[in-house]
Amino acid sequence: MSRLERLLTGEPRVATAGIDLLAEGVEAQGAAVTRTEWHPPLEGTEDALAAITAAVDLRAANEEAVGRLVGTHPHWTGMAVAREVMEMGERTFLHAGPPLQWDDCSGPMRGALVGAMLYEGLAATPEEAIALGPEIELSPCHHHRAVGPMAGVISPSMPVSVIEDAAGDGVSYATLNEGLGKVLRYGAFAPEVIERLKWIETVLGPVLADVLARGGPIDLRSIIGQALQMGDDGHNRNRAATSLLLRQLAPPLIGGEGPHRDEVFRFVEGNDHFMLNLVMAAGKIGVDAASGVPGSSMVTAMARNGTEFGIRLSGTGDAWFTAPAPVVDGLYLGAFTAEDANADIGDSAITETVGLGGFAMAASPAIVGFVGGTASGAVQRTLAMYEITLAEHPDYKVPILESRGTPTGIDAARVVRTGVLPVINTGIAGKEPGVGMVGAGIVEAPVACFTQAVQALAEEVARA
Amino acid sequence: MDHVEVRRRTYHDSVRLMQASAAVQKVPGVEVALIAMATDLNLGLLEDLHFDVPGDTTPDDMLIALRVAGGDVVAGALAALDAALVAAPASDGGMTAAPPPHLLSSAARGADLNLGLISVPGPHAFVEAADALRSGLNVMIFSDNVPVGQEVALKRLGVELDLLVMGPDCGTAIVGGVGLGFANAVKPGPVGIVGASGTGTQHISCLLDDAGVGISHALGTGSRDLSTDVGALATLQGLAALDEDPATEVIVIVSKPPAPEIAARVREAAAACTTPTVMCLIGEETLEDGAAAALAALGREAAPARSWEAPDAGHRPGTVKGLFSGGTLRDEARMVLAGLMGAEAAAGLEMIDFGDDEYTRGRPHPMIDQRLRLEHLGATAADPSFGVALLDVVLGYGSHADPASELAPVIEKATEAGLAVVVSLCGAAGDPQGRDLQAELLNEAGAAVFLSNAAAARHAHALAEGGAA
Repeated sequence: MSRLERLLTGEPRVATAGIDLLAEGVEAQGAAVTRTEWHPPLEGTEDALAAITAAVDLRAANEEAVGRLVGTHPHWTGMAVAREVMEMGERTFLHAGPPLQWDDCSGPMRGALVGAMLYEGLAATPEEAIALGPEIELSPCHHHRAVGPMAGVISPSMPVSVIEDAAGDGVSYATLNEGLGKVLRYGAFAPEVIERLKWIETVLGPVLADVLARGGPIDLRSIIGQALQMGDDGHNRNRAATSLLLRQLAPPLIGGEGPHRDEVFRFVEGNDHFMLNLVMAAGKIGVDAASGVPGSSMVTAMARNGTEFGIRLSGTGDAWFTAPAPVVDGLYLGAFTAEDANADIGDSAITETVGLGGFAMAASPAIVGFVGGTASGAVQRTLAMYEITLAEHPDYKVPILESRGTPTGIDAARVVRTGVLPVINTGIAGKEPGVGMVGAGIVEAPVACFTQAVQALAEEVARA
Repeated sequence: MDHVEVRRRTYHDSVRLMQASAAVQKVPGVEVALIAMATDLNLGLLEDLHFDVPGDTTPDDMLIALRVAGGDVVAGALAALDAALVAAPASDGGMTAAPPPHLLSSAARGADLNLGLISVPGPHAFVEAADALRSGLNVMIFSDNVPVGQEVALKRLGVELDLLVMGPDCGTAIVGGVGLGFANAVKPGPVGIVGASGTGTQHISCLLDDAGVGISHALGTGSRDLSTDVGALATLQGLAALDEDPATEVIVIVSKPPAPEIAARVREAAAACTTPTVMCLIGEETLEDGAAAALAALGREAAPARSWEAPDAGHRPGTVKGLFSGGTLRDEARMVLAGLMGAEAAAGLEMIDFGDDEYTRGRPHPMIDQRLRLEHLGATAADPSFGVALLDVVLGYGSHADPASELAPVIEKATEAGLAVVVSLCGAAGDPQGRDLQAELLNEAGAAVFLSNAAAARHAHALAEGGAA
């Protein structure tokens, strides 16, 4: 029986968009009606949406993109030195977010770059580093198959984790997480910060390389999936994932030969966010696999450089669509206030881009107090994200939602059609370099990124 | 004093805003209330009402303009507004209850739906409908003002996906016994309708219902489907579907006369159907004729449709004035009158279609809101050049809940003033308004009531000619 014939057998099963009166008329006959809360698209996107709809099979393009995203199977396979794998010169410094000029850097970004110059030995003092600032080459991590939390700075000598896709040929990189307190990613560059970076380079990196060579590769997708069952969101809470990771690292670490193994064990054990960088790199494999699908309006990057918030779409290649980075609405630590907060910063919104973080908040009642919310509010936030996403993740599941997969693959077209903005669950950096984390909270991606992106996609499909 | 307020990015559909305006209007002390989206049109209305027009608005903003007796009235008026705007509460399934979907494709996810009913503003209908189709939903697009190129694209997509696109500008359908939009509670039965005219479809279905014959499905196509541009895509698809439908024994195609090449294409497809097919082209023949042809195809004889004659109270001389809520019935009445009095004389008659854009800007369709038509009926009674008023009343789902209660007092006054009133009542016995009750109320007020629009027109002509009907 054809689809049209099926309509004519039995009662119609109706959903309505628009005038309530029409829904009421159907209900008056005793037929069930699903009413939508339809809203006109965001201003300035109406023509672009019509042009995209007319030119491409948007649904098919997006199914292709999100299928590639959730089809990746990232594993942590080894360690490398940034300059050896990432196509960067001796004065190249990678950073979080969309492209950025030295003069536009916020406090924590500038501090992190100063720290990295000191670490690389390009400058002997912070003053020298600041003087050198305009001469270094800045490039987004996202352009180098990498992602970095907060300032996200990667310099040539840093050891990086190598993540490879067991289901494809993708690869991504991330630095090792330094822990909390005075750390480079929050813009600190005091001597102990540089010392810790050197320890990471000379001790942590090599020991982990050895551990992975004997005990790897480590299946990150499996750990993340389990961690969501244990109260992580994959962005602001990675305690369960870090614990699961350490359980896998421990046998080869303990069973190995050579010094510093106890230090490494204690360092990973003492840092609840150790897994964050690996979760992010796992996400990066997914979005890179999904990029370049003609006509697709799926978001392949949401990233902030502390000055601007930028997104990319699968169907618009490497172009960034940016808007001023918003200030996070959240709870502040100690005596800090919103006055102390830097604008939103970091590549960590890659987690939301792949169905974690704010999109998985329903899995993480333990985090909601920290970011200033309620458990029921967290569930509602996750539920709201299904409206703007393309799939439910096959392995990242939310127990309280009857193990429904997390909302995965943000569709910019659905964002502008509904006005529902991606919710990001994030830490807040102090605006003064080196102050560190001043709070945590929730932030919505700026509207302007999505309206520009959809307009650009319309131009792109018109050219094709 | 005036109170003008703009609520940014607050959207409600026009019907809800009109209901809200009406609710605020009822608050004592409120002289004028305009609650509307800040479109150019509505800003113009605001200016016409001599309100200060706020600058820097977009069509996504909601305007609230109140003219009140005193400042103390404003708070009460705004409270009434907010109460009127509160949508039906979402289902309470605890903290894991999903919020209501925003898009039809979201509603369709994981749910067993097969039809999307779209009445969003015309410029947005294309995106919503295409997405719904790609999600596997047939669509009925009530919205008008959809560019014809988008209509063609949607219908081609429908053909490709084997899904029906009813509309744009489709006001009436009956699918599996459920009326969608403006439709009558007709009995289920053997006649399937493919209709480019909503009121035409309603009228034929009601005439058949009166003759004891029910409807299997009535598939709307939208008013432009048989144009050269659209090429009858939905009509041909609907025809093929009804031909396959075991419940349908006779198919009726209702349309205004299409371009000859399109008519030929449809006739060819109709001839290829195994189910007998009747074409009713309004303007060339009456809806009565169409219903009779369908009955004949079923081997049944047509009898005159029911009427409620009014005692001749000695109406005054004068011409016929038409006060219609739909263009189809108005055009048919004019055609019947032209047959009786000559085309030129009929063309000279004043025959208003209150459903026309000219009369519906800023207010609901006359099938929902009769106020303007009532005013015109009153004015007609006061104008001695008119001897007969001919009007339609359309019942069914979607229409005014009790039109006769508003019309009866005005008709009573009009007949007392010597104006004869003839009503073409489009309704089925099962309609929620109670068709016979409505007919009796109108008849008691002095109107002659006919279920056949053509018969009503003939009666109006006979009265104007001074003879008995």
